[in-house]
Amino acid sequence: MALLQISEPGESPAPHQRRVAIGIDLGTTNSLVAVVRNGSAEVLRDEAGRTLLPSVVRYEENGRVTAGAEAQRHLARDPRNTIASVKRFMGRGVADVPNIENAPYDFVDAPGMLRLRTVAGPKSPVEVSAEILKALRARAEARVLEGTSAELAGAVVTVPAYFDDAQRQATKDAAKLAGLNVLRLLNEPTAAAVAYGLDNAAEGIYAIYDLGGGTFDISILRLTRGVFEVLSTGGDSALGGDDFDHRLYCWVLDEARLTQLPPEDTRLLLIKCREAKEALTLHGVARINAELSDGRKVNLTPSQAKFFELTQHLVQKTIGPVKRALRDAGLAPADVQGVVMVGGATRMPHVQRAVAEAFGKPPLNNLDPDQVVALGAAMQADQLAGNRAGNGDWLLLDVIPLSLGLETMGGLVEKIIPRNSTIPIARGQEFTTFKDGQTAMAIHVLQGERERVSDCRSLARFELRGIPAMVAGAARIMVTFQVDADGLLSVTAREQSTGIESAIVVKPSYGLSDAEIARMLQESFQHADDDMEARALAEIRVEGEQLLAATGAALAQDADLLDESERAAIDAAAAALAALLSQGDRRQIKRAFDALGAATGGFAARRMDRGVQSALTGHHISELA
Amino acid sequence: MIDFSADHFSLLNLPRRYRIDTAQLDREYRALQGTIHPDRHAGAGDAGRRLALQASARVNEAYATLRDPAARGEYLLGLHGVVSLADTDTAMPLDFLTAQMERREAIGEARDSGDRPALENALAGIATERAALEAELAEAIDGQGELEAARVAVRKLRFLDRVKHEIDDALTETEA
Repeated sequence: MALLQISEPGESPAPHQRRVAIGIDLGTTNSLVAVVRNGSAEVLRDEAGRTLLPSVVRYEENGRVTAGAEAQRHLARDPRNTIASVKRFMGRGVADVPNIENAPYDFVDAPGMLRLRTVAGPKSPVEVSAEILKALRARAEARVLEGTSAELAGAVVTVPAYFDDAQRQATKDAAKLAGLNVLRLLNEPTAAAVAYGLDNAAEGIYAIYDLGGGTFDISILRLTRGVFEVLSTGGDSALGGDDFDHRLYCWVLDEARLTQLPPEDTRLLLIKCREAKEALTLHGVARINAELSDGRKVNLTPSQAKFFELTQHLVQKTIGPVKRALRDAGLAPADVQGVVMVGGATRMPHVQRAVAEAFGKPPLNNLDPDQVVALGAAMQADQLAGNRAGNGDWLLLDVIPLSLGLETMGGLVEKIIPRNSTIPIARGQEFTTFKDGQTAMAIHVLQGERERVSDCRSLARFELRGIPAMVAGAARIMVTFQVDADGLLSVTAREQSTGIESAIVVKPSYGLSDAEIARMLQESFQHADDDMEARALAEIRVEGEQLLAATGAALAQDADLLDESERAAIDAAAAALAALLSQGDRRQIKRAFDALGAATGGFAARRMDRGVQSALTGHHISELA
Repeated sequence: MIDFSADHFSLLNLPRRYRIDTAQLDREYRALQGTIHPDRHAGAGDAGRRLALQASARVNEAYATLRDPAARGEYLLGLHGVVSLADTDTAMPLDFLTAQMERREAIGEARDSGDRPALENALAGIATERAALEAELAEAIDGQGELEAARVAVRKLRFLDRVKHEIDDALTETEA
């Protein structure tokens, strides 16, 4: 289907049909879900009134799975089957995760992405994350949809800006596994900028400093009349509040002369260290009291000065990326109007001090650092769902955090798309054969800033076959990289010298094959006593309603672009779809849905053309004034 | 639909010249993305979303090219039928090359000794030199149409860009 919603600011295409879309902050330590209601974003609470859902999942022998506070209570008692901070393992192999030996889990290394062995079998980080997302989805359905006939239109799920392609793809897979329609993957600092910018009508250059439980991001944005333009981003996808806990934990081991702890004790002490870190931040004093499984007692009082000393190098590790992001944006610290602090870990006084020093001004702390990402995601979700009324007209222009390239001769990386390029982006480069009669070419896709293949992250390998035999250097193979608005890459290779084209499109998938995802979906539905067919039907109904609403709005605005027969074809296709929506045949609905899409194809292009024209003309009039 | 065959200048509604009003470029770019960006077409189906993705990527490419002084020069020369950066073409004025070799040596030393002020100085020196080259380039293309002189200026700019990247990397190293 092909209808373009080009609506005026403040105008909703179909005011009577508000579509509910949620924003999800899938955090290392805690996760949240938010939604826009009555024009303003709010974080949703559980039955007990809590906003934060601990990102903890527990698997039991009987097949029961719990997520959140209930699972968290078993962290120390059942450490192997109670998974915390799973975000650190998304899209990662065992060798990729720093300090993995300290995590109290039974890892299975698998190609692409590790697995965690539990009583319920080996679990992929994608599956574990999906359980957190399911809990948030259930919360949203209970809080927002109960008692209405509305369906969830979809979700915007946030990811650290510095997440690479593997980590993004894993997050999207997790959301799909949780039965969510992913409207967009949104970078966490960008989400925060939206929430801050819209709330404060901010204009100018802003920096978002986001130190979460397990990831660090810095993004520099220019805010200009509703356009949020990311100029540069940097960070460390393996640095966060957890590392501060871990430093304190190592100090405890030292002080108490402990070695070779069982996982229960490791987990217990890590929890105590986190509590101590929070107490030191809030009150400046803390006490660590714990009784280990063998009856030994730990009784320590780390001072704030000691804590700063232990963790100052972690704080300092965030400043390098800050400076590089500024340089990449071509800016000096003084050009930055405000620094917005995001993530619970930014509450620590020495983090605040370091940021103030780096930018030469005190950071902004007027938003709840735990909630701002979810709120921004909800605003974006609301906009993408087509509910623009009341939110004004704003646009996000984001970038890719890491360069993308190809392996060339000698184990070197040729960059195709440099870091901080605005997305979506497509860029091609021509390559040729180096041997006479060569009919195949190996293509190795990499992400990272370093020159050598071995220092970059391998995203995908594939072979282009069927190149007609020619002398060396005669074939022209165009390799095109495309990064979509989610920051996800696809690669196409095409031999074009002979007119005989062979092309291949690769969606890197990091150890989770489509078949595996299908199996996981099947299993999760069996466990949840759900019905895959029913969900598919519900989804196509939601999409059908969306398409009908968009068609109606487009016709109301631009019907003059159509001649009579085109209009009649669209009306007929729309009527056919509307009639089928209330019935239960998913395949018939899908056919009618596709038919309406086809009927509106040309209309879409003409409407975009008109939109572009009016953007340019409108602009010139205001310029003359 | 946007005209995919249009050149970057007409796509962004600018006169085909080296010297451009970057504020106007920014405004045109934002106005265009405001209508074609995939977020504006999230409610559309596959074909509409694909169209928006391609149009938006095309406009991003045009904007990135025109916003960058070296890329803009190279692109404009291309429109005039001049290929500025053929791999086989290595001829560069000797004095320029000598100066850059000395500069790179100094950068290497500053990096190894962690001398940040020296690196920042080198960065400032490059910025000054780039500004002069850009003025030269504008004069050569927009003024007398001296395309050969413009080609050499573009190649020098490209060279300085690479040196700038080296300094950036060296600064990043000293920050680690």
